[in-house]
Amino acid sequence: MNIETFLLMRHELMLIITILVVLLLELILPEHGKSKFIPLTVFAFAANVVVGFLPQSEGIAFGGMFVMSDMQFVMKNILNIGVFIVLLQAVPWLRKSENQKNSFEFVVLLISTLVGMDFMISSGDFLMFYLGLELATIPVAALAAYDKSKIESAEAGIKLILSSALSSGVLLFGLSIFYMLSGSIYFGDVAKAVTAETVSPLLVLGLIFFFAGMAFKISLVPFHLWTADVYEGSPINVTSYLSVISKAAASFIFAIIVFKVFGQIANVWQNVIYVLAILTMTVGNLFAIRQNNLKRFLAFSSIAQAGFIMLGIISNDNIGMTAIIYFSLIYIFTNLAAFGVVSAVSNASGKETIKEYNGLYKTNPKLSLVLMLALFSLAGIPPVAGFFGKFFLFTSAAKGGYYWLILIAVLNATISLYYYLLVIRAMFIEKNETPIPTFKSNIFERIGLVMSVVGIFAVGFVGALYEHIKQAVDTFILF
Amino acid sequence: MDFTYTILIPLIPLFSFLIIGFLHNKLSNTVASGIGITALTASFVMSYYTAYKYFFTTEKIDGAYQKIIGYNTVWLQFTENLHIDMGTLIDPISVMMLVVVSTVSLMVHIYSTGYMKGEDGFNRFYSFLSLFSFSMFGLVVSTNIFQMYVFWELVGVSSFLLIGYYYDKPSAVAASKKAFIVTRFADMFFLIGILTVGYITDTYDFLALTDPSGSAIAQGGGILFMGMSTMTWALILIFMGGAGKSAMMPFHIWLPDAMEGPTPVSALIHAATMVVAGVYLVARLFPVYSISAPDALEVVAYVGAISSLFAAIVATTQFDIKRVLAFSTMSQIGYMITALGVSGMHGHEGVGYMASMFHLFTHAMFKALLFLGAGAVIHAVHSNLMNEMGGLRKYLPVTHITFLIATLTIAGVPPLSGFFSKDEILVAAFHHDKFIFFIQLFVAGLTAFYMFRLYFRVFWNKEPHYHHTPHDAPMSMKFPLMFLAMFSFVAGFLPFNEWITVDGKAIEIHTEWVVAIPATLFGLIGIAIAMVMYKKETAIPDKISAAFGKFYKWTFNKFYFDEIYMFVTHKIIFNIVSKSVAWFDRNVVDATMDGIGHVTEKSAEMIKGLQSGQIQKYGFVFISGAIIIAIAFILNLFY
Repeated sequence: MNIETFLLMRHELMLIITILVVLLLELILPEHGKSKFIPLTVFAFAANVVVGFLPQSEGIAFGGMFVMSDMQFVMKNILNIGVFIVLLQAVPWLRKSENQKNSFEFVVLLISTLVGMDFMISSGDFLMFYLGLELATIPVAALAAYDKSKIESAEAGIKLILSSALSSGVLLFGLSIFYMLSGSIYFGDVAKAVTAETVSPLLVLGLIFFFAGMAFKISLVPFHLWTADVYEGSPINVTSYLSVISKAAASFIFAIIVFKVFGQIANVWQNVIYVLAILTMTVGNLFAIRQNNLKRFLAFSSIAQAGFIMLGIISNDNIGMTAIIYFSLIYIFTNLAAFGVVSAVSNASGKETIKEYNGLYKTNPKLSLVLMLALFSLAGIPPVAGFFGKFFLFTSAAKGGYYWLILIAVLNATISLYYYLLVIRAMFIEKNETPIPTFKSNIFERIGLVMSVVGIFAVGFVGALYEHIKQAVDTFILF
Repeated sequence: MDFTYTILIPLIPLFSFLIIGFLHNKLSNTVASGIGITALTASFVMSYYTAYKYFFTTEKIDGAYQKIIGYNTVWLQFTENLHIDMGTLIDPISVMMLVVVSTVSLMVHIYSTGYMKGEDGFNRFYSFLSLFSFSMFGLVVSTNIFQMYVFWELVGVSSFLLIGYYYDKPSAVAASKKAFIVTRFADMFFLIGILTVGYITDTYDFLALTDPSGSAIAQGGGILFMGMSTMTWALILIFMGGAGKSAMMPFHIWLPDAMEGPTPVSALIHAATMVVAGVYLVARLFPVYSISAPDALEVVAYVGAISSLFAAIVATTQFDIKRVLAFSTMSQIGYMITALGVSGMHGHEGVGYMASMFHLFTHAMFKALLFLGAGAVIHAVHSNLMNEMGGLRKYLPVTHITFLIATLTIAGVPPLSGFFSKDEILVAAFHHDKFIFFIQLFVAGLTAFYMFRLYFRVFWNKEPHYHHTPHDAPMSMKFPLMFLAMFSFVAGFLPFNEWITVDGKAIEIHTEWVVAIPATLFGLIGIAIAMVMYKKETAIPDKISAAFGKFYKWTFNKFYFDEIYMFVTHKIIFNIVSKSVAWFDRNVVDATMDGIGHVTEKSAEMIKGLQSGQIQKYGFVFISGAIIIAIAFILNLFY
């Protein structure tokens, strides 16, 4: 194992170094210099994001357990940017007196889960995949329970850890069936053993258990029940992390595995995805319509959005893969812009319900415009980026001939427009005697929002970006 | 021929939008409107220059006008063949639309300086007008169906913003919402249609799609799906999108309400430009419709005919002058749609296509004039209702004359432009389908009747008591009226048969007296009846409405279309669907869970407080969900 092979893990190594730097900072900063901790942390992470874009060679390490290619490179950078925005948005909340003391824990946990996701995405066998998955999940449970003064937060943590333990159990059961049938845990070997001729009831059982475990992470209906309490109880930045970044990462690896390992038996699992996609889009929408609290509202609308990602999965080809990555990128910017505004308002005034947003435009026009833009993008109105994301997902499903599925998806997108417009109406049209007072958001928050807004525009309009992703996907081979 | 500069036609209003939009607090009203007018003048001049250059100096090949890509850039490369471009396509209909949009938009920009004077948000209004103009220009020059869709949505958004301009008025807010939702709903079908077309033909490009000898059309209709080819379905879906924007049945309900917007907006968006986008869309894809899916074209023809009849009937009973004009617009658009539906591809068969575009052009001018005239009336008497008007010819001489010209034009009195374009439509219908022809002939009579009803009620009839003497509009408003009146006069003599045809080649037209005489007669009869009934105050209208009884009431209430929609959405969708889902949720899902979870709950009560006990339920659902799905699929696959 030489240094070049080792450097294939550059993203993961950089993150681990960042964790060490954060821990060191906590140790060496004097008590009166603690206020510098957050800016330095943000700076360290920013450096990590920038380094992440440096050119990277492709290859495998650890005998094929770890795979690095242009596609994974793109995915990891997308996640890096997303986590960076989450971190920026969390700053005012971390600065609160009750959180200040332990803020380093938050940062360390946040980066740890990112390390887990990066390993998961780069995995070349089911063991590495599983380890990455757990490393990505367990710190999040701690993050969900981070708000020690709130009992709901503790509840969210315990619920997350319990239900994810259950889902991991089911997932592992599925993986062990794969091992039993193929005699290997390497993706390549399993793929060779799984062909149209060798489909057996046992394989289908394993496949469905594996799907159930992944569906839990991506929160597809009916495996989504944990989300209600966890999203509600967790601190808002953790909720946004869970419903945006975690979901994107899980979708990436899910797509890689089903395309590359189970691609030959697509006709078996496409039906499963078909059912899950319809259930998820529809139930997610019905859930979202009923919400009055914006945090919950966004979290639930993200369930419906996950259903749209399934349209890319079902296509089982490179166009679908490209569409998923592209959509996730847009989705991260869009959702984080929305969550960013909600978090800023919540940090400044503690208000979170849609009613309390009445007349926000009068007092905080810029934030209202950002939120409007984000909601339009979520609803998929052209020419905002969200439209292109959805459009490519639809097209990839159309290539497979899934017209009814697209019809249902478009119907759902139209329904979702209704509730996104409700929020916009509250901000711009409804009158309010006592609107949320004008406030000045924190500089870090503002950087985060500006990044998201630029992202929303840039991703939609810079065609080269799509080209780049497409190229990375087209050249991707697993082994 | 170099048409690269045409990209500036949409871009200049975009800049004006950005400037006014960002500085709307800092600019004075004069400067803001000045910027808007200057930008539009630039686009106006360029549009006319383009028309001149295209029709008079560009070389024809084989006697046909060519389609030219003025400017193009690849925006998103999807697959090797399938990519999304942004650019400008220069061909007879796009050039014509540039002229229409720039003329009406410029007139509305000028007119609004008078009409909107002193309104709150004057600058906002101008920034939205620029945004709309940008989107509309972008739409008409689209080189591909996807670009068109993007701008299609943008005009929808600008229309939404402008209808809701008086946002402190609840009815305006409701109307803007309605317009947005109804057209969005229709756009949903449009999008599915686009995806399907892209999938079948592997291209979004208009040139490739509509080339009669190209591979897209040669490919045929694709596989059969529920009795018709996929291509037919796709084109019907696309037409549904067009029907939404063009307020065709059954998506017409938003148009009358859209009159809540300021009157210049109605003139620009809801009479002359945006609402004809659906017509333009069908015209743009016409060769595909005509060759690949004649069935779809049949649907188009009937939707147009029925809408035009329906709207004309309703228009005879309305009292709000803007609503009369709104229904009239819907009726006239029905004409254009029908004309496309009855058209063929070549030679004299293609007269419907030419007539449709011709009528689109003349209608844009005279309908904008009617709306601006109505605006001048409303400006003078501060009401929309006919009952509160009468005898205004003495007070508003310029408005009166121009309005009369427009009314005669729409009634199809020769030699005004409306006569020529309507006549061509009737000729096309006459040769294709006699049933449609008779509907359209009857509508022609109705049109003359309701328009003169409006004219006599407003400018003649009994004078109500005015609180203060009405004054004619200021010069800024009179000028557009006179300009458009002049257009309504001369537009009829433009040689559309040489300029705008499906295949670009000139076609022969001659007056067919079988059609022209009855049409004119029907018009004159309509005018005569209106004169008898409404020139002076008489009891006839009341008697007639009493005689029609129920039918009058139905018509007056627009055949209860809105109520039906309300019933469907509120009572059926919201009530039945959401209630049954809620019921199922409560009584089946929850009850089952409760039953199973009863024991666990008992034990969970002991540690309640820390944990709600529901985590077991989650686990149960998770595991049982996985097992049920697994069993279902295993059974399905193997047994």
